[in-house]
Amino acid sequence: MEISRHWRLQQQRYGLLGEKCNHCGEKLFPPRDVCPECTQDSQELYRFSGKGEVYSYSKVFDPPAGYEGTAPYTMALVKLEEGPLVTAQLTDVDNDIVEIGMLVEMVTRKLREDGNRGMLVYGYKFRPRLK
Amino acid sequence: MTDLRRDTRTRVMQPARMVGIVGYGAYLPRFRLPASEISRVWTEGQSSLPVQEKAVAGPDEDVVTMSIEAARNAIMRAGVDPQDIGAVWIGSESHPYAVKPTATIVAEAIGAVPHTQAADWQFACKGGTEAMQAAIAFVGSCMSDYACAIGMDTAQGRPGDALEYTAGSGGAAFLLGPADKSVAVVEGTYSFVTDTPDFWRRSNANYPQHGQRFTGEPAYFRHITSAAERLMDEMGTGPQDSDFAVFHQPNSKIPGRVGRYLGFTSAQLEVGLLAPEIGNVYAGSALVGLTAVLDSCDPGDRGLLVSFGSGAGSDAFQLRISDQPLDFPDVVPSTRDYLERRTTIDYSTYTRYLGKLALE
Repeated sequence: MEISRHWRLQQQRYGLLGEKCNHCGEKLFPPRDVCPECTQDSQELYRFSGKGEVYSYSKVFDPPAGYEGTAPYTMALVKLEEGPLVTAQLTDVDNDIVEIGMLVEMVTRKLREDGNRGMLVYGYKFRPRLK
Repeated sequence: MTDLRRDTRTRVMQPARMVGIVGYGAYLPRFRLPASEISRVWTEGQSSLPVQEKAVAGPDEDVVTMSIEAARNAIMRAGVDPQDIGAVWIGSESHPYAVKPTATIVAEAIGAVPHTQAADWQFACKGGTEAMQAAIAFVGSCMSDYACAIGMDTAQGRPGDALEYTAGSGGAAFLLGPADKSVAVVEGTYSFVTDTPDFWRRSNANYPQHGQRFTGEPAYFRHITSAAERLMDEMGTGPQDSDFAVFHQPNSKIPGRVGRYLGFTSAQLEVGLLAPEIGNVYAGSALVGLTAVLDSCDPGDRGLLVSFGSGAGSDAFQLRISDQPLDFPDVVPSTRDYLERRTTIDYSTYTRYLGKLALE
């Protein structure tokens, strides 16, 4: 497991910390050096609300290594209220009731663990909105 | 050791500046395991059931993730900038790492880093209230304006043991701050602690051991009644002055017994008594009960919170709700919202979610 990579990404993974372009106002997730809308390079940190809706989804029955603990699960493209589309696992939901347009919200959950001795990796997932 | 019969010193603790709860947040996972299901597997349904069902953490949940959600709820209610939080302290007996703080992960996720204290607390079921007392002192001594105290657990019980019927998952976070910004002011707090071996888990042991009936009178009852009576005595209050009382809840019946012994009525106890629906969520037990009370209390209400942790000790708090109507934005799930979000699971699903199946 790449400890340094998880450490570098933890802020955006724990709380959907992205960027807002200072030139055109576009909200960016994940953060990037150049705004894909206006090609300018000046951004400030922006914490997304975590609210969005399911844009598309697929059920996973044969997960990659490290994700067996929660399978079968649903992977979704979630359209955030601020615009960006993010790929994330859905949680706290029965896979059979997921549908396009379902209103969801971000929660921080355990993504995977590196065996019994390795580190725990936390990050964003989405669940049906509670409120 | 002090002879309690002759101890006339003031023992109740009050900070130099008055402190209160400026925000609170509950968290309960959605899965429920009925006690009847455990009885079916281990006793052919013949055992008595100490609770109706218990809350069970999902396979991607632990004390870190549950604490993050509870803390976010508390911060949203308070409307406080996370960068103003000077301490994130988490009491639990199921921290995911033996060495590496739960609190640093939670502090990072809620946006409180890097100018903050962060630490994990452990005192069996009262680690959360221990953190709360420290937070009161921290804010009360003006070392910070805000401190976040959390009690959260994914409690473990040996399969087939009496504890398995009740050991549940959940808890609550409290943001302590200046009294003039609070929804509930801490009027006084008191701790009663002795070395009492009623329940323990050795390092590297998967499940705790308990002293059977020894856990009752010398442990739970003695510490809770001693703490509550001393606090009320020094504060010059009695059960009749309280609108609510919340005690540590190892099962459905015992909190009622200790409450009635102290002179409280069922009406004072029922709002904060959640054990029948969620089991014993250990360090979060009394604290999540308090969130249910705060969800429904009236301005000016007064009440008592008393935790119990094996080993053993109790922390007692006398709280007074603000005279102003509690006006929180309706964006945070109430404790009842979490209680009603429930999916029943069977014993086999439960064993999978709790990692009790050896896969290698």
